[in-house]
Order: sequence, then C-alpha cells, then structure tokens
Amino acid sequence: MASESNYYYVPESSKLPIFTALGMGLCAYGAGSWVQGHSPMVFLIGAVILAAVLWAWFGAVIRENLAGLYNERVERSFVWGMSWFIFSEVMFFAVFFGALFYVRTIALPELGSPLETELLWKGFEPSWPLHVTPEMAVAGEAAKFKGPREIIDPWHIPLINTIILLSSSVTVHFAHTALKNANRRMFIGWLAVTVLLGAIFLGFQIYEYGEAYRHLGLTLNAGIYGTTFFMLTGFHGAHVTIGTFMLLVQLVRAIKGHFSADNCFGFEASSWYWHFVDVVWVGLFIFVYVLGS
Amino acid sequence: MAHGPAKGIKRWLFTTNHKDIGTLYLWFSFAMFLVGGLFAMIIRAELFQPGMQLVTPEFFNQMTTMHGLVMVFGAIMPAFVGLANWMIPLMIGAPDMALPRMNNLSFWILPFAFLILVATLFMEGGGPNFGWTFYAPLSTTYAPDSVNYFIFAIHLMGASSIMGAINIIATVLNMRAPGMTLMKMPLFVWTWLITAFLLLAVMPVLAGAVTMMLMDINFGTSFFDAAGGGDPVLFQHIFWFFGHPEVYIIILPAFGVISAIIPTFSRKPLFGYSSMVYATAAIAFLSFIVWAHHMFTVGMPLAGELYFMYATMLIAVPTGVKVFNWITTMFRGAISFETPMLFAIAFVILFTIGGFTGLMLAIAPSDIQYHDSYFVVAHFHYVMVAGAVFSGTAAVYYWLPKWCGRMYNETMGKLHFWIAFIGFNIAFFPQHFLGLAGMPRRYADYALQFADWNMVSSIGAFIYGAAQILFLYNVIATIVAGKPVKEAKVWEGAEGLEWTVPTPAPYHTFATPPAVK
Ligand code: HEM
Ligand SMILES: [Cu+2]
Repeated sequence: MASESNYYYVPESSKLPIFTALGMGLCAYGAGSWVQGHSPMVFLIGAVILAAVLWAWFGAVIRENLAGLYNERVERSFVWGMSWFIFSEVMFFAVFFGALFYVRTIALPELGSPLETELLWKGFEPSWPLHVTPEMAVAGEAAKFKGPREIIDPWHIPLINTIILLSSSVTVHFAHTALKNANRRMFIGWLAVTVLLGAIFLGFQIYEYGEAYRHLGLTLNAGIYGTTFFMLTGFHGAHVTIGTFMLLVQLVRAIKGHFSADNCFGFEASSWYWHFVDVVWVGLFIFVYVLGS
Repeated sequence: MAHGPAKGIKRWLFTTNHKDIGTLYLWFSFAMFLVGGLFAMIIRAELFQPGMQLVTPEFFNQMTTMHGLVMVFGAIMPAFVGLANWMIPLMIGAPDMALPRMNNLSFWILPFAFLILVATLFMEGGGPNFGWTFYAPLSTTYAPDSVNYFIFAIHLMGASSIMGAINIIATVLNMRAPGMTLMKMPLFVWTWLITAFLLLAVMPVLAGAVTMMLMDINFGTSFFDAAGGGDPVLFQHIFWFFGHPEVYIIILPAFGVISAIIPTFSRKPLFGYSSMVYATAAIAFLSFIVWAHHMFTVGMPLAGELYFMYATMLIAVPTGVKVFNWITTMFRGAISFETPMLFAIAFVILFTIGGFTGLMLAIAPSDIQYHDSYFVVAHFHYVMVAGAVFSGTAAVYYWLPKWCGRMYNETMGKLHFWIAFIGFNIAFFPQHFLGLAGMPRRYADYALQFADWNMVSSIGAFIYGAAQILFLYNVIATIVAGKPVKEAKVWEGAEGLEWTVPTPAPYHTFATPPAVK
C-alpha cells in the first residue's frame, strides 16, 4: 500500500481554482467595462482576489513541496507544464512579429502601389520607419495617425539594454551552477544580481518610452510604426516585469532556504522563463530596433 | 486520496477528480449546445420564409455570430475536453490528470467566459454582430460597444484551453502506466495529444488577434487600419492562422472516438493503427500551412492562390487514409449496429461528404463562386455537426454505461439516431443547392427563388433540434433508471484499459498503475 500513495500526489479537492476563476472572470468583465469608460472598480476587485488566491495557491504548492509530497514524477509534470506554457508564450509573440513582417513586406508596398495611390492615398510613399502614414499623405497635419518624427536610436539605450539582459541570462545561469554546487552564498548573490539587472532594464525601458512620447512623436498612435513598436516592446516589457517578479520570489525563497541541488523547480522554471524573455529581446533588438531604423 | 467524493455542491465546485471534472465539462457543453441550438432555431425560423417575420436584421446578425461562437467554443471544444478528462487517465492507466487543480481551474473559467459573452446580448447596442470570424473592420471600427466584453471573454476561453492542453500533454507524456508505450496508446489519446499541441500553438494567436482589436478600438493603434499603414487583411491572415488549425482541433478528437467505436462493434482491431497515428500528425502539420484557403477572394497574388489551393488539397490524402482505415476495419467484421456504431457509421459517411465539399471549395477559381455562400455553410456543418457532434454523441452512448453503471435503452437510442440523422440531412443537404444557386450566407432575408429549399432546410433543422431533447431525455433516463450493468467490459468487442476497471468506474482508478503487456 505504501507505493499507492507514493506513486503520484493527487491533491485533495481545493477552493483555490474556483476562486482563481472568479478573480479572472471579474478581471475580464471589469476590464471590458473599464475600457468602455466605466469605473475600474470591478477590475480592481477581481485583481485583488486573483492576487490573493494566487498567493495562497503558490504558498500551498511550496508547502506541499517542502512536506515532500512531490516525487520525481510529479516534478516532471511541472516541467512539462512550464515548458509548454513558455511555448504558448512564444506563439503569442510570434503573432506580433508576424504582424510586423506582414506590414513591412506586404501591406505597405501594396498601399504604395499605383492603384492604391491613385484611388485612395494620393502621394503616399511606403518607407520604414513610416514617418508619413497614408492618411498623412492625404490629410497632412489634420491626420489622426501621424507617423513618428524620429525613432529610437538602436545603438544607445537599446544596445545597453541588450547587454544588460544578455548578462542577466548569464548571471542566472551562474546562480544555477552555484546551487548545483551547493554554494548557497553565490547562489543568492547571483540571483540578486539577476533581479537587479532586470530592474535596471525596466528602468531604461521606461526612460526610453518617456523620451519617445515627449521628444520623438513616437507614440502608440503614430501609425503602424508606433503600433508595432509599442506593442512588441510593451508586451516584452510586461514579461520582463513578470519574470523579474518571479525571480524576486525565488530570491526570497532562496534566502529562506527552500532550495537544494535536487529540489529547485521553482527557481529553474523562473530561470527558463527568464531565458525566454531574453531570447525575445534579441529578436526585438534585431527586427524592431536595428533593422527597423 | 483514498476516499470518495465530497458531499453536495462542494464536490463540484472544489473537485480535483478527473471524472468529476469530465462530467462538469460534458454537462456544461450540453447546456451550451442547447443555448447555441436555440440561436440556430431563431435563425432557421426567420429564414423559414422570405421577408422579415420574427426578428430585426440587427438581431439576426447577433444570432449568427453568437450561434457560431457558442457552438465552437462552448459546445464542441468543451465536449471533447470533457471526454479527454474522463477517458485519458482510464485509457493510459493514470491515477488522475497530471495537474488536477489546474484542471478544475480550466473548467471553471468557462462559465464566467460564457456568462460575459451571452450577457453582451442584453447590453446597449446589442451583442457581437460581426460573424463568428469577427473580421476587422466590422469588429473594430463598426463594432457595437459590447465588443470589449467579447474580447475579454475570448481571452478567458483561450486561457482555459491553454491550461487544458498543457494538462493533457503532461498527462499523456508523464502518466502512462509502465508498458503503455506511445505506439500502444489508444487513438483517442493520440489524437488528443496532437490536438493539445495544436491548441498551444494557435490559442495564443487568437489572443493576439483580439488584443490587436482591443488596441485598435480603444487605444488608437492601427493594426487593421490602412490610414495608419495597417491592413484589415492582416486580421484575416491572423484569424485563419488560428482558424484552420482550430477546425482540426475540433475534428481530431472526434477521429479518435470513431477509431475506438468502429473496432468495438466490428469485433476487429483497428486497421492500420500506425498509419492512423501518422495521418493524424500529418493533418496537424498541414493544418498550419493552408489557412489562406479561406481568403481566395481577398486578392492574393496568383502564386499564393495556387500554393494554398494545392496545399489544401494535400490534406485530403491523410484524411483519406483515415476513412479508408475505418471502412477496412468494418470490412468482413462481425458488425452489430448499436447506437454508438450507428452514429459512427453516419460520421464516416457524412464527414466524407463534408471532406469532398471541402475539396470543391479548395479549388481556388471555383471558390470565388462558392465563397460566402450557403455552400460553405453546408460544408462546415457536414464536418462539424455530422463530424464532431455526431462523434461526441456516439462517445456519450458508448461510454455512458461505464460512467454510470447503467445501460441506455437501445430502442430510444436508435430512435434518437434516426431522427438526428434524417433531420440533419434535411436541414443541411439542401444548403448545398442554395449555395450553388447563389444564396449568400449571413443574411436575414433572401430572394424568392430560394424559398422552397429554405423552408425544407428549416423543417430539417427543427427536427434535428427536437432530436436533442430526446438525447437529453435518454441520458437522464439512463442515469436515473437505466438497466444496471455489472460487467467491466460493457461491450463484448471492446479493448483497452478503460474496460478493465469495474462498472461503474470507481471514483479513483489506477492509484497503482496497471501492468500493460
Ligand atoms: C478535406 C478536408 C477539408 C478541406 C479541403 C476544407 C476546405 C475548406 C475551404 C476551402 C473552406 C473555405 C470556403 C470559403 O469560405 O469559401 C472551408 C471552410 C470551412 N471549413 Fe473546411 N475543409 C476541410 C475540412 C474541414 C473540417 C474537418 C472542418 C471542421 C471540423 C472544417 C470546417 C470549416 C469551416 C468552419 C469553414 C467555414 C469558416 C467560415 O467561413 O465561417 N473543414 N473549408
Ligand atoms: Cu480551413
């Protein structure tokens, strides 16, 4: 009978999931009414519920783990789960990259074709970055979508941010190695450095956005260039924020002594996520910043 | 985990048990099937005669949109997730799904999502009215205000599907009993494994599409607005990059069910097991590279039209392999015609008709004629209703005795089948004629020459709708008062681990893995 309970840990029935669903449902409904100009109250209530339940949920998982309920097979389920979750995130970014490529190689040349310029967008000339949108070509300064006056120079902040994020991938790897060598101090140290680098990256990103909005005329409304620029870098930034938060939680857990060389899934999962965020950035740096200027 | 279910409502709210969650999914799906069916009845009632009788054109548009959305995301997809929950652990000898709490979460998201979606019908300006494919700019510039709720409801459904898919992958890859190698898995498990990968690959794409809509509508971006340098056609590319794999997400698990039922009632092993596996994988792969066959009329370059035409036709090859294998399994079998088998045979015949009309639509130059006509409507109802829904119905009759330990009434089951079969064909076969004669889809009214077949079609739809009440009655009557079954192997010809556990299946099964030879 001993093997029966040890084969796989199936948790007892739990209140956590349905309250998570409630939180998500309220967030969704609340977001819908919020963007419509109503008060964000419902959304905020949902977010608070969601945060509280997730807190409790992760807490429960950590306790179960520390209690030794998770054998290797359970852990493998987590590994598959996290890996394929990251895959779905990759696909999410792929759509936005796809939109960028489509616009540059198909939509804009088409908008500049003789037929279109003859009938719809007189005088429009496709270019990238698109400083003059089709609407601007026709309506001038009265246009709703005005292209950016200038764009971000890839070789300043974006380059620095590339270096920061790439190094952070290395430091998180150092942390992992230290953990495997049971070197607790180095583990915590490198992990802390990684979190710090993540935060610095975000700081630069916010600064860059400020510049774009205040001085360059590069905004979310700046035609398709602004659209793709902010959606791609914005979603990436959001993911860096999540990743940094995840690593921060792992840092706290590391200080509490939750991890050992063969029991560190929480940390490993966060570090995979971090590497993924890093790879996406490399794509952004190349396709949005360097090849986009 | 040794004890039984909790008492009362808490059992269903807090459960982590794969059988409970499977049951929840199945009942939810049936409820949505009735809601979507009600919308369909309204559509067919309005189209019973030319002219406007019952509803306004605006409301008619909301009905076609909501019918499609509710049926695809609320009825068919959850039905097969429910079957996966019930059957995959039983089929591979696992104690439960790999991530049981997340399993509960992916179910309970759905009622919230559909509550929001259906609530839009009662909002100012009405619900979504831009078709289930929600093309921009209809769904952006010209959308009703409620579109924002629609967007977030889609996000919820996507989150639920992604979690469900992750759970299925982790279960199949990690929880098989010793000896249950991949190539010994029942085809239902195989088709679901591959479907789960499709879900993971395309649900995020759908999320991207609605996110772009959200930004265009509320935050001044120009993804789908040519004035800013974007392109409404971009929406169609993204939607169909999701949409075509989506139709295979719907049909692949249905293939798996049919591949379980036909051998049982033919009393022969499935013909060409490994070719079935490879054909499934081939279909899944091809489904990613054919999306623009939905867009032959948007103005693609000739090379694009040709490529998408031939690539689409290629799908008929692995699909043909499957149909061939089902028929060959039946060939010289000792066939008996219980209700699940009747639905399965009807599936093979009617799905094949749908496949052939698909091939006709795939011919780019002809599609310019058929596109957005009732011919397309007939095509996809042959594959989605006579395909996915018939298969789901067959699955319920097939496994219901194992689930609840009671046998349905065979006469009533057969009655349900014949009414559904006849009703379905009366409803949808004439739509081929209507489409070929030039009747466009998604209009509340039509020209007089289409009157006769529309009336026939509506009568068929009402018959098919009525058959579902009988289905509901049959299921409830079985659960409450069906003849008790004791044998573990409910059907004499059935093979597989699910038939080795007692009937009805105990609350917990395979706490220790069985040995598979
Ligand atoms: C041999 C297999 C198939 C082929 C060659 C095929 C081909 C096509 C083509 C070319 C169209 C576009 C018609 C048009 O809009 O002008 C279409 C529409 C459609 N097909 Fe298929 N199809 C096949 C199987 C399936 C299956 C298995 C399903 C679902 C279970 C399916 C569901 C649909 C749906 C829902 C639409 C219409 C979408 C809409 O515009 O609302 N098809 N099919
Ligand atoms: Cu398709």
